[in-house]
Amino acid sequence: MVRPDMSRHKEIWVYAEQTAGHLARVGLELLGKASELSDKLGAGLACVLVGYRGEKLASELLSYGVEKVYFVDDPKLEHYQNQAYAGVVADLVEEHRPEIFLFGATEMGEDLAPCIAAKVGTGLTAHCVDLRIEDCDGALILHQTVPGWGGGKRVDIICPRKRPQMATVKPGVFTVPRHKRNAGGKILRVTPQLHEKHFRARTVEVQKGQACERPVEEAEVVVAAGWGVNSLGSLDLVRELSDLLRGAVAGTRPLLDKGLITQDRMIGQSGKVVGPNLFISLGASGAMHFSTGFERAKFVLAVDQNPQAPIFQVADVGIIGDLREVLPCLIEEFRKLKKAM
Amino acid sequence: MDIVVCIKQVPDPDYFSQIVLDPVTKAIRREGIPLIMNPVDRNAIEAALQLQERFSGKVTVLTMGPPQSREALEEGLAMGAEEAVLLCDRAFAGADAFATAYTLAAAIKEFCPFNLVLCGSETVDSGTKMVGPMLAEFLDIPYATNVRAMNFVTEGICLAETAIENGCMKVELGLPALITVNKAINEPRIPTVLGIMQVASKKLLMYGANGLGVPPEKLGLAGSPTRVASLFDFKQKRRLETLRGDPQHVASKAVAKLREWHAV
Ligand SMILES: Cc1cc2nc3c(=O)[nH]c(=O)nc-3n(C[C@H](O)[C@H](O)[C@H](O)COP(=O)(O)OP(=O)(O)OC[C@H]3O[C@@H](n4cnc5c(N)ncnc54)[C@H](O)[C@@H]3O)c2cc1C
Ligand SMILES: Nc1ncnc2c1ncn2[C@@H]1O[C@H](COP(=O)(O)O)[C@@H](O)[C@H]1O
Repeated sequence: MVRPDMSRHKEIWVYAEQTAGHLARVGLELLGKASELSDKLGAGLACVLVGYRGEKLASELLSYGVEKVYFVDDPKLEHYQNQAYAGVVADLVEEHRPEIFLFGATEMGEDLAPCIAAKVGTGLTAHCVDLRIEDCDGALILHQTVPGWGGGKRVDIICPRKRPQMATVKPGVFTVPRHKRNAGGKILRVTPQLHEKHFRARTVEVQKGQACERPVEEAEVVVAAGWGVNSLGSLDLVRELSDLLRGAVAGTRPLLDKGLITQDRMIGQSGKVVGPNLFISLGASGAMHFSTGFERAKFVLAVDQNPQAPIFQVADVGIIGDLREVLPCLIEEFRKLKKAM
Repeated sequence: MDIVVCIKQVPDPDYFSQIVLDPVTKAIRREGIPLIMNPVDRNAIEAALQLQERFSGKVTVLTMGPPQSREALEEGLAMGAEEAVLLCDRAFAGADAFATAYTLAAAIKEFCPFNLVLCGSETVDSGTKMVGPMLAEFLDIPYATNVRAMNFVTEGICLAETAIENGCMKVELGLPALITVNKAINEPRIPTVLGIMQVASKKLLMYGANGLGVPPEKLGLAGSPTRVASLFDFKQKRRLETLRGDPQHVASKAVAKLREWHAV
């Protein structure tokens, strides 16, 4: 076994995204995974929080067992400002040289992380579905797993020479860890060096509403339509099934591309990651990019006419058949069941 | 207003289920897979052409890729771009998002004077959404991503509306700047017959690594901080029961199983 290099205290950083005084949940999810990684690596665990008057948020982060919160506090940083945020965070990275730096793949995280990576001259892996520390010839390296092409394949990406090793992860991939009381971490307040140059792009307004429908990630049953539903002519039957089970309708990327579902309904690596009690896949071939999005589902029912489709490798029960014939029967059976209950 | 639009040629998503990774080189095996212009890059071209119609100036389409990426550039010219630049060299191969953005930045600095750089929000084949923001950083200009509306208050100031979860953000950018657009921004035009005929008379310039004035270790695989370490099989823990036959029968059996497992 190779002992972690303790000559210099290494740190793993998590970017704690906040808007209007609330921490994004994905930051907390990342803390759970990062704490696991920090044990393996023998590294400290720290968060970066940028905003204005975020003391409460900083202490909230400490309650998850974070050792340090680098808290960049300035009235000019109240709203997310990509250039200014990237500038101050990159300065922190240059100063402290963390080993690993993780971001939530939210719209803001995806906007911010690449700019920071470019500023500090390191790599970034987008939309990771798993993170592990592995021993590569004596060096402990972060393996950043992403879906691969061709059914059941995944790929590990590494950033062997440059630091930090940076990755983004979609909300829902990892779970929020439990609170630890009296964790004893500290808040390091950072006064940023802001220049006019940081505001060449200036966020003038942030409008955040409520989702008009219940978000898919909150539904107990998710009915996901794949491109095979094209054969049905419409999503009517898919909706009928979903309504019957009080579920949420979702879909694969071809459905998004053809405008049949909205962005917030696409399941998968670049969409939503869900963990419902029951996930129903209708006419989706089961690309890893898609199936990654429902790995946490308790049960999976899949229908597809192609017996070779990889979807059957990720289903608890798979029906090989034509949706045009099978779906009406399924609806009928679920209806009978409901009546009997 | 001079605008550079970065575009990429990608495998047609309709054929994605036929794509596999080479177990040895870990690269995409794309023989027999038709190539198209990355869909949202057409929206970027459309946005550029509309701005050019309003403010005049020049629209250049730019790509880094293998020789056949020329087709995507020709399509951009047919839509109405004035000039095209193809960055093509073995030395560029294997580039990750970082090296891609670095190379595009070097080329833009060298060959394409601009006020605005437009990109698509993401590609369908790698989908990192990283090339735009990284390119902006290498060009040292402000940027906005995932933009669904651009409002040019004057020729030098753009109020961009960027889509975020359940809402939007309004970002004011002073030009020169980079914007990545999403599909909501416009409806891309279809090239006209005249447009297609004019392609032959337009400039399509090709440059290799030599012309860029960048050391080779900054390009392609050598210039990429990230690389593929391994390719492996991944299995979810599932019961893997399959049913086939009479639709009514299998539907009833499937529901019975779910019931038995307390899944419903
Ligand atoms: C970087 C990257 C990220 C990606 N991210 C995502 C993502 O987040 N989410 C996502 O969904 N995709 C994503 N994709 C795309 C993904 O690789 C697949 O292309 C996509 O999931 C395929 O969708 P599909 O299964 O609906 O379509 P297809 O692969 O075309 O499958 C259609 C299925 O329908 C079946 N079918 C057709 N007619 C019938 C019928 N009458 N009855 C029964 N079955 C029928 C066929 O047998 C087939 O299996 C990503 C790709 C890349 C490269
Ligand atoms: N090889 C390339 N050449 C030119 N532009 C590119 C290239 N790769 C990506 N882009 C641009 O960057 C955008 C986002 O790509 P990505 O970061 O791969 O999701 C694309 O829509 C293009 O506008």
